[in-house]
Amino acid sequence: MSEKTANMKVVEGSYAVAHAVMCCRPDVISAYPITPQTHIVENLSQMVADGELDSEFLTVDSEFSALSVLVGSSAAGGRCYSSTTSQGLALMYEVLYNVSGMRMPIVMNVANRAIGAPLNIWNDQQDAIGARDVGWLQIYAENVQEAVDATLQAYKIAEDVQIRTPIMVCMDGFVLTHVYEPVELLDKEKAEEFLPDYQPADILDPAHPKTFGAFADPSTFTEFRYQQFEAQQKALIKIEKVAREFEETFGRYYGGLLDGYFLDDAEIVIVTLGSVIGTIKDAIDAMRAEGKKVGLLKVRSYRPFPVQALRKALKDASVIAVIEKDVAIGGEAGLVTDLKAAFYNSNIRSPIIGFTAGLGGRDITIKDIRNIVAKAEVARKGIQSEFEFLNLRTEIL
Amino acid sequence: MAIKAGSLVEACSTRITKTGAWRTFVPVFDHEKCIKCSLCEIYCPEGCIHQEEGLFVPDLDYCKGCSVCANECPRMAVTMILEEK
Repeated sequence: MSEKTANMKVVEGSYAVAHAVMCCRPDVISAYPITPQTHIVENLSQMVADGELDSEFLTVDSEFSALSVLVGSSAAGGRCYSSTTSQGLALMYEVLYNVSGMRMPIVMNVANRAIGAPLNIWNDQQDAIGARDVGWLQIYAENVQEAVDATLQAYKIAEDVQIRTPIMVCMDGFVLTHVYEPVELLDKEKAEEFLPDYQPADILDPAHPKTFGAFADPSTFTEFRYQQFEAQQKALIKIEKVAREFEETFGRYYGGLLDGYFLDDAEIVIVTLGSVIGTIKDAIDAMRAEGKKVGLLKVRSYRPFPVQALRKALKDASVIAVIEKDVAIGGEAGLVTDLKAAFYNSNIRSPIIGFTAGLGGRDITIKDIRNIVAKAEVARKGIQSEFEFLNLRTEIL
Repeated sequence: MAIKAGSLVEACSTRITKTGAWRTFVPVFDHEKCIKCSLCEIYCPEGCIHQEEGLFVPDLDYCKGCSVCANECPRMAVTMILEEK
């Protein structure tokens, strides 16, 4: 057994993430169970019951209450954690804005799942992408190890006094929450060294009264929003910095804002987020063996959207294909739209084509990736189709 | 008013932020009809009706002209008047 794999354990993704949360030592956890997030909070509940984790675990009647409980707890100065998915995230919608507007550094794992109707419990990323504008930071994990590591990093980013912004650590439901794979669980002492106890700048204190979530009339509202906007811009630097600090302590790094795979000489670049990256890497390995210059750009930070880093990373691509598990019904889809917006005022004039795929848990296979690359090769000479649903079953329509 | 990140301001910020300007109708109290049941004070959602020298009056820095006082008054002692400036 090599030194690199010596501490690895085969555990369920949800357990690995719950263990990471335990290492972050939240004062308060509040969540409502919903598939495929349930195992994360079930494990945390067990850890609290067993005395492994000294946290207040509050069971509530809904996701709306779960996050509302954390608004109070965070205002009182606690480090807070929740986890949800799909309809649960939708039910939190109003509170998501309250948390970000009150600049509470809450961390939440989102076990990405489709949103109904039609009812579907399987994975896609419609839930989190649909919440892209609520003022939370969003980091997407490729595999369980990344979800574990990003959870610890998330508190360090969120609690920075310059940032003070909540984070969703997004991991694909089932694909990452229910998979058993080798993971290096975080070392508690090292985690504590990396992430000291939370030192809130302002707390609800009767001795020193303050107004939290104040009323803001037209003379101040814009400035409150601007502060949030500015904090997200500062997070671009902080996310990268924390990823590097994590590397120094734990020896793992897979990009701060972005990461590339065979990107340097790639002519065709696939851009995506989340667990489908594993499949794409396998497809690229096979295509590279055939001499095709295909590369991958992983978007790890979707909010803040790393415009400058994307321009730099994709400046030499001759065609860009975006694949994502969401659709902006009435528009195109989140990532492809943002990417096109990022490039419009730049010198990059490579064609960008978008694919929505893997909705509601439909598998994305190596064959599908080859299909996308073939379409990208066509688009290089002239875009035939700007945006499409991959593998649409026209026979049942 | 200085602002701090987190929609956070000094306590009692409503003393600075006066919201009565939202009002279209203003309640006018007929103290002759008033029986001092205090229902207007109890029901006012802004809590801005109070007594001055024994008479019920709205604090117009905060009254939004919602008409709840006029609706609740059993003696029809409150009339809502279009306020023009």
